[in-house]
Amino acid sequence: MLDTLEIMDTIRMITVDKLDIRTITMGISLQDCADPDAKAAQKKIYDKITRLAGNLVEVGREIESEYGIPIINKRIAVTPISIVAAASECDNYVGFAQTLDKAAKAVGVDFVGGFSALVHKGFSASDLRLIDSIPEALTLTDRVCSSINVATTKAGINMDAVARMGEVVKAAAERTADRDGIACAKLVVFANVPEDNPFMAGAMHGIGEPECTINVGISGPGTVKAALEKVRGERFDVVAETVKRTAFKIARAGQLVAREASRRLNVPFGIIDLSLAPTPAVGDSVAEILEEMGLQSAGAPGTTAALALLNDAVKKGGIMASSHVGGLSGAFIPVSEDAGMIRAVEAGALSLEKMEAMTCVCSVGLDMIAVPGDTSASTISAIIADEMALGVVNNKTTAVRIIPAPGKGVGDSVTYGGLLGTAPVMPVNAFSAADFISRGGRIPAPLHSVRN
Amino acid sequence: MKAIITVVGEDKVGIIASVSGELAQRKVNILDITQTILQNYFTMMMLVELSEMELSLEKLKTALEEIGKRLGVSIRIQHEEIFRTMHRV
Repeated sequence: MLDTLEIMDTIRMITVDKLDIRTITMGISLQDCADPDAKAAQKKIYDKITRLAGNLVEVGREIESEYGIPIINKRIAVTPISIVAAASECDNYVGFAQTLDKAAKAVGVDFVGGFSALVHKGFSASDLRLIDSIPEALTLTDRVCSSINVATTKAGINMDAVARMGEVVKAAAERTADRDGIACAKLVVFANVPEDNPFMAGAMHGIGEPECTINVGISGPGTVKAALEKVRGERFDVVAETVKRTAFKIARAGQLVAREASRRLNVPFGIIDLSLAPTPAVGDSVAEILEEMGLQSAGAPGTTAALALLNDAVKKGGIMASSHVGGLSGAFIPVSEDAGMIRAVEAGALSLEKMEAMTCVCSVGLDMIAVPGDTSASTISAIIADEMALGVVNNKTTAVRIIPAPGKGVGDSVTYGGLLGTAPVMPVNAFSAADFISRGGRIPAPLHSVRN
Repeated sequence: MKAIITVVGEDKVGIIASVSGELAQRKVNILDITQTILQNYFTMMMLVELSEMELSLEKLKTALEEIGKRLGVSIRIQHEEIFRTMHRV
């Protein structure tokens, strides 16, 4: 009846290897909150969020305590505000962001995502109002996250939006210069954004989603690393198999939490996001998994191959554990949130260019990267454009969350504490892309039949 | 609801008596019990039934933690499902 080894294995995974559930995210549709009167719309939004998510944090705590597995974040994702606010007559959407912030604080969640717009093919008037509001909105709020989808494989890349986002990132950094440009840590630019993504800053509740849903993001890099320590020197077949088996166990724990949360809140279960997402804590690093495979440091030659193996094995292992997998599943490599990645940047082992290459085979992209404060808007736009091109051509989700650290240069770092961590400022190629970015227009969607 | 209690720590007289005594007092029924020395540590696991328990799981947890502190061992109680789902298809 009792399998001693299985029980001890679970307990070891939780206590020693830091297995946890990264997030329970409630997705809430706000489509019915549209109103010509902006104040009325904001009241409807506040009421709906506090009504549906009132118990979210409490239920999260209950599950955490009963099952003995830590749940790090409780979050909310809402319908992109550019859609909800489109009907309202107002000059900017800062008031909507403040409403979201107030609602998030009222129900006690860590973040609310969805101050967002999808502009991959072009802007609506509402999209432009939202984008113009971002710097102020993210400065005046604490828990609101914003994301803009500027490219898809089917539509190509909206280069006007890419150019605009470079300026928005700069403005967001400058407005929060006294706090290391924290507004940029809450802003992400996407290609091929998934509609059911529970991960901040890109979380949103897409228009194809139901009224309300529960998504769970799993974590557990420490657990995978611990498993790999036992197969040191073995062939890659063994490495892949070990990651797969571990990912299965982690995903099962996530599935259980998702099912329980969904039952207790009486809200349908959406997806499990199967991700190895690091935390700044020692022993919870994706970079350390790569190093465990035999690399002296993350960023060394071989890193992209190691990451490709890891990402694929995580998905293969997890897919069997849950019937509904979605979001951004794979391995995350944000710099500031991963102790091993921070170390690799500080040691000079990991450059922006190598990171870009790594993002071809992992989840998301250039995430939580600090660059010198004097990096121009056009250079940031160009970095975004490169990453968007990777996503569009390779038919995958990519994103950029970049922080031009106000008043800082290479050798300095920005510190946010909590899950956002610390990012050393990375050097950026100094040659200009200003004329390239100032062209505007749209880069056409790629051809996918003659692939090579 | 069934839960699994694990007790891990340095072996000494009275661990089983203290834990099972507390459980009896709280009307927690022990369904299965196994005890071994794993990697030099005293390791006890109990499968218990909580349906007749008169206090909340939270309070039982605190009570067990206090006993653990007194005996110098770590005592955890967790819903049994987490152990089953994680390892089996």
